Amino acid sequence: MQAEFIVFLAVALVAIGAAIGMALSRHALYAAMFLVLNFACVAVMYLLLNAPFLAVAQVTVYTGAIMVLFVFVIMLLGAEKLPAQETRPEMRWQRPLAIGLGAFLLLQVGLALALPGMRAAPEPIDASPLAIGMKLFTTYLFPFEVASVLLLAAMVGAVTLTRKD
Amino acid sequence: MNELLLVLPPLIFALGGVVLLMVDLAIPRERKSLTAGMAAVVSAAAALCAILQWGLAGSGFQGMISVDGVALALDALVGVIGVMTIGLSLRYNALRGILRGEFFVLMLFSLSGMALIGHAANLLTIFLAIELLSIPLYVLSGIARPRLDSEESAMKYFLLGAFASGFLVFGMALVYGATGQLSLTGIARTLITSTSVPLLVVGAALMLVGLGFKVAAAPFHMWTPDVYQGAPTTVTAFMSTATKAAGFVALLRVFGVALGDLANVWQPAFAALSALTMMIGNLGALTQINLKRMLAYSSIAHAGYLLMGLAAGGVSGVRGVVFYLPAYAAASLAAFAAMTAAHNGEEDQSISAYAGLSRTRPGWALVMAVAMLSLLGIPPTAGFVGKYMLFQSAIDVGLVPLAVIGVLTSVVSGYYYLRVIVTMYFEAPPEGVAVTKGNRLSLHWVTGAIAAAASIVLGILPAPLINAVTAGVTSIR
Repeated sequence: MQAEFIVFLAVALVAIGAAIGMALSRHALYAAMFLVLNFACVAVMYLLLNAPFLAVAQVTVYTGAIMVLFVFVIMLLGAEKLPAQETRPEMRWQRPLAIGLGAFLLLQVGLALALPGMRAAPEPIDASPLAIGMKLFTTYLFPFEVASVLLLAAMVGAVTLTRKD
Repeated sequence: MNELLLVLPPLIFALGGVVLLMVDLAIPRERKSLTAGMAAVVSAAAALCAILQWGLAGSGFQGMISVDGVALALDALVGVIGVMTIGLSLRYNALRGILRGEFFVLMLFSLSGMALIGHAANLLTIFLAIELLSIPLYVLSGIARPRLDSEESAMKYFLLGAFASGFLVFGMALVYGATGQLSLTGIARTLITSTSVPLLVVGAALMLVGLGFKVAAAPFHMWTPDVYQGAPTTVTAFMSTATKAAGFVALLRVFGVALGDLANVWQPAFAALSALTMMIGNLGALTQINLKRMLAYSSIAHAGYLLMGLAAGGVSGVRGVVFYLPAYAAASLAAFAAMTAAHNGEEDQSISAYAGLSRTRPGWALVMAVAMLSLLGIPPTAGFVGKYMLFQSAIDVGLVPLAVIGVLTSVVSGYYYLRVIVTMYFEAPPEGVAVTKGNRLSLHWVTGAIAAAASIVLGILPAPLINAVTAGVTSIR
């Protein structure tokens, strides 16, 4: 329990630091790297919450695939550097709005934690990859197969739309 | 093995698409009509299979799918629409340089999604089926790339469609949150005891937005004219008929089966949407000078008539919807067939381009005239029988104002439908258009003629189809 808490604290601090770093960096690639770090920390939190499958999916899908796409697009567009000017005049309203909405979110989270019944521990479920795999290939076999046809159709479509002929 | 029989028609579409994808590699570019022929055979086989399976009922794959009369009717309908669209595609796509193998493969994938909607017994399956229907359609709208209008159509359809899917899946998540169930019958069972009715209502509303987009109901119809106009006309014909049918069956599944006990909440919403859609569709069509845009607004208007049937509910309302879908499909296909036939090279979509069609191409003018009359709902066409059933079902449950709006907007629609007929029959053809006496017997002509003939036959002898539809509707599980 104690070790778990220490790990959580460390990971949470790194995650918050990475998030702040991402928002503050003026170089898009650095921001993307901070986001990778943040995603990795979240994956560790999933592990702590006894959801190993979700943790691995987080790493492969978000930290891996999606971030590679991000970085690829940033480099392709050559949009690494923000312009020197601090804020564009027509975006002035953005900052107070963001602060207001952020405060509202904090209030909501606070309320959710304070209200009775909200902190009841959920029923423990088996979230191991084995259990998820069993579900996927028994109960959810049919939707799983439909999803594979869907992905095939999307692939054929992407090739159709981009192929030169 | 037995369970696969329950989804045999969608399975035939999907397997056919996968196999055709590989076979198509061996077919040289100038012989893609062979691919089209094979796709037509697959589509016809699925439709035939659905007809042979008529009367089958049951559910399988852990309650993920089920089969009933409405599912089989949808399979047969989209199968026939698939065959007819392929019949129209050969000439039109060759002229536009888009006679590609992938066109037919993607169409089969889309058809499998449409057919699967009828068989879906779980929100997961419904969502996946709707995506399987939509994604190939986004691509098909843009297949005439690098034509700008086609690319614009695909881009608009894709962005707004993805947005609508977001609404749909969020609504499903809320309904799952409120009931703890994903299966349609499970939701229906827990609906009575559910304590989180507000969550359910918000979820249902979001799903209505997502599905309303797919069937082009106002106020979620904005994409329809632009997408219909820019997409290749054969794709437009396919979209306006088959997608609408599948979308309405999805509405029927989600709202009729799963949320049936919440009907007192959603039926007024359906009635309001129906009234708004009929008015916006018919008034919007009045000012169009582009035939394809006019047919797009007409498609919106017909979504309004169909929504009236769902708002009325019960066997008579649903029966009206399931009868109206093939009736509308036949008329719409006939109209698009005539539209694609009237020009040899670059298509001119303006209504004035059809002036004097009765003299230059009398056969096609007749097909177009029958289509317009059926869309308008003049006896003895199928459109009349369908509208009669829908309006009657609304009156039966006391939705008299809705039926009155339906009749009034139908009268308004006479202006723009009859204007096409007047232009074809009473205006002189433009200079330099060759007069053809009689039509050559081509596949294109046969397809158009069958669609027009179906509009009349279903109008004169509707009883067999009505009986079959009634049997199908009463078997909904």
